[in-house]
Amino acid sequence: MGRYLVRRLAQAALVVVGVVVLTFVIVRLLPGDPAAAYAGPRASPEDLARAREVLGLDKPVIVQLGMYMSGLVRGEWGTSLHTRLPVTHDLAIAFPASLELVGTALLFAVAIGIPMGLLAARFFGTPVDGGIRLGSMFVAAFPVFLLALILQNLFATKLGWFPVAGEYDSKLDATSPLHLYTNITIVDAFITGNWPIFLSTAHHLILPALVVAAYPIGVVTQMTRAAVSEESSLDHARLERALGFTPGQVLRRFSFRPSLNPILTLLALVFAYSLVNAFLVEAIFNWPGLGKYAVESIRSLDTAAVAGVTLIVALAYVLANLVVDIAQTFIDPRVRLS
Amino acid sequence: MTIIPPEELVPNDERFAFLTLARGRLRGQKLFAAGAIVLLIIIVMALLAPWITPYPQDAQGGVDPVNSLLAPNGQHWFGTDQVGRDVYTRVVFGARTSLFIVFSVLSLSVLIGVTLGVIAGYAGGWIRDVVMRVTDVFLAFPALLLSLALCIVLQPDLKTAILAITVTWWPWYTRLAAGVAASISGRAYMDAVRALGISPARAVFRHVLPNSLTPVIVQLSLDAGGIILTAAALSFLGLGAQEPTAEWGLMVAQGQDLFTTAYWVALFPGLAILVAAFAFNMLGEGMRTALDPRRGFTS
Repeated sequence: MGRYLVRRLAQAALVVVGVVVLTFVIVRLLPGDPAAAYAGPRASPEDLARAREVLGLDKPVIVQLGMYMSGLVRGEWGTSLHTRLPVTHDLAIAFPASLELVGTALLFAVAIGIPMGLLAARFFGTPVDGGIRLGSMFVAAFPVFLLALILQNLFATKLGWFPVAGEYDSKLDATSPLHLYTNITIVDAFITGNWPIFLSTAHHLILPALVVAAYPIGVVTQMTRAAVSEESSLDHARLERALGFTPGQVLRRFSFRPSLNPILTLLALVFAYSLVNAFLVEAIFNWPGLGKYAVESIRSLDTAAVAGVTLIVALAYVLANLVVDIAQTFIDPRVRLS
Repeated sequence: MTIIPPEELVPNDERFAFLTLARGRLRGQKLFAAGAIVLLIIIVMALLAPWITPYPQDAQGGVDPVNSLLAPNGQHWFGTDQVGRDVYTRVVFGARTSLFIVFSVLSLSVLIGVTLGVIAGYAGGWIRDVVMRVTDVFLAFPALLLSLALCIVLQPDLKTAILAITVTWWPWYTRLAAGVAASISGRAYMDAVRALGISPARAVFRHVLPNSLTPVIVQLSLDAGGIILTAAALSFLGLGAQEPTAEWGLMVAQGQDLFTTAYWVALFPGLAILVAAFAFNMLGEGMRTALDPRRGFTS
């Protein structure tokens, strides 16, 4: 167990270093001269040279990489060109908003996908299974931006059941201001008992979260169906049925738990995928998350901000995988022992 | 003493494993058949685009402001867009763009990914470790994000989008091929191949590679839908194909602000993405079920 953890952590650290190097390479390739941006529009050649020196651009690339890495560790992620604020400050606001959206979407995915997958596995090979399988492939094939446009127009613009855009009703900032702890609005509203903002955020969350959830619902259904039905075809399931357990009992008591492993692994993958998929949804629902920040950064060729977004998403991915792998050792003793 | 050429030591059905398997098992796979039929229709429409569309000149720059934003009618089945171009014509031509992207990304990814993977899997040891760690790093970047970053570095256009998606896609094939190649290199006939003194390069490309292809082909068809969606997302953000190219994602982006008043500009190209991705998913799922090695040879 201990050795597995150490090996897994070392592997994650190696991936993080690789990600930083790759980001550095991409940033170096970005158009625009960071020294010119630093020195300002009316800089003389001497100013430029001084800027180069201050930014370390006159040093060999490998030294620059070292400086970049130690800066990251010290929390110096650079200053955004378009917000004029430290990138870490911007990310501390944008990332939690995206997390709120994607977290809710994954809750939907688990709450809808797993029961659907179990249902399909219970009635494996019947029309029920066929229908669920086809449906899950269909939602996974839906382009998020199209789904966002359709749902937004139908349920917000036409029917008026949900707000069209935004994270919560901004008028509430005056009547019941929110104290920030985690920067995740719905969590902060909950722990401070700010019910007007909590309800408004929940109301605003439903549509965009459902759109982000479409793909995860599809793949979680497929994975649950595949894993549980395979587990049910093994000898232990035959024995359990022979002992008089009903097919439903066999599924719930014996086949489901061993199937959790692949489902969890999938969720980690889907988490990172959805974080980026949410970019498109955020743009359409005007959600103040990473996507909006990323798109603005890209438009203004904001190198530091783009690097920040890239890094934080990659780090979130590595972390999610690590958490899932560790969680698996608790759920499944076979992982611990191998 | 007669020397048996090494090729004859490799059982024939192993070398053509995919074809033999596929022929028997894909029969009666409704999912595969449905996906294949829809795709075939899309491919035929793409090939015949200039002859089956009423306004082929609209696929490129054609501007006809008098007829802008007409609702779907007898002349314009899917209506017209802001500058009066026939949406139906552009959707059909868009199939060419999408299929071209899918084909390019998949062939490049397979070329890089499978080659590296087969070598890593066959060689094992530190070569395998290094290759796997490199793929780990690339896999930590979600496809769309790395594509976003690359599209700003390079000029955003169709070629950049293809390159960017490929950069994020090849590692999956490397991992897949490495796993299969490692298991193949442990088989008895590979001992025979090595005992005969066949060079590693020949062993890999002549004996390991052909037998690693079944899971790769299944993965290809499963991935195609994802590539269509990623490419569409990139051009939706303005980082893929550029105006006036007929590209589905770009067309949805151009119609999104009109959705309440002129839904057809965005809806039909969006549905085209959905249908194509769905068809590829059905094809891939059908193939996966049919060719699943764990299913044995019972059906």
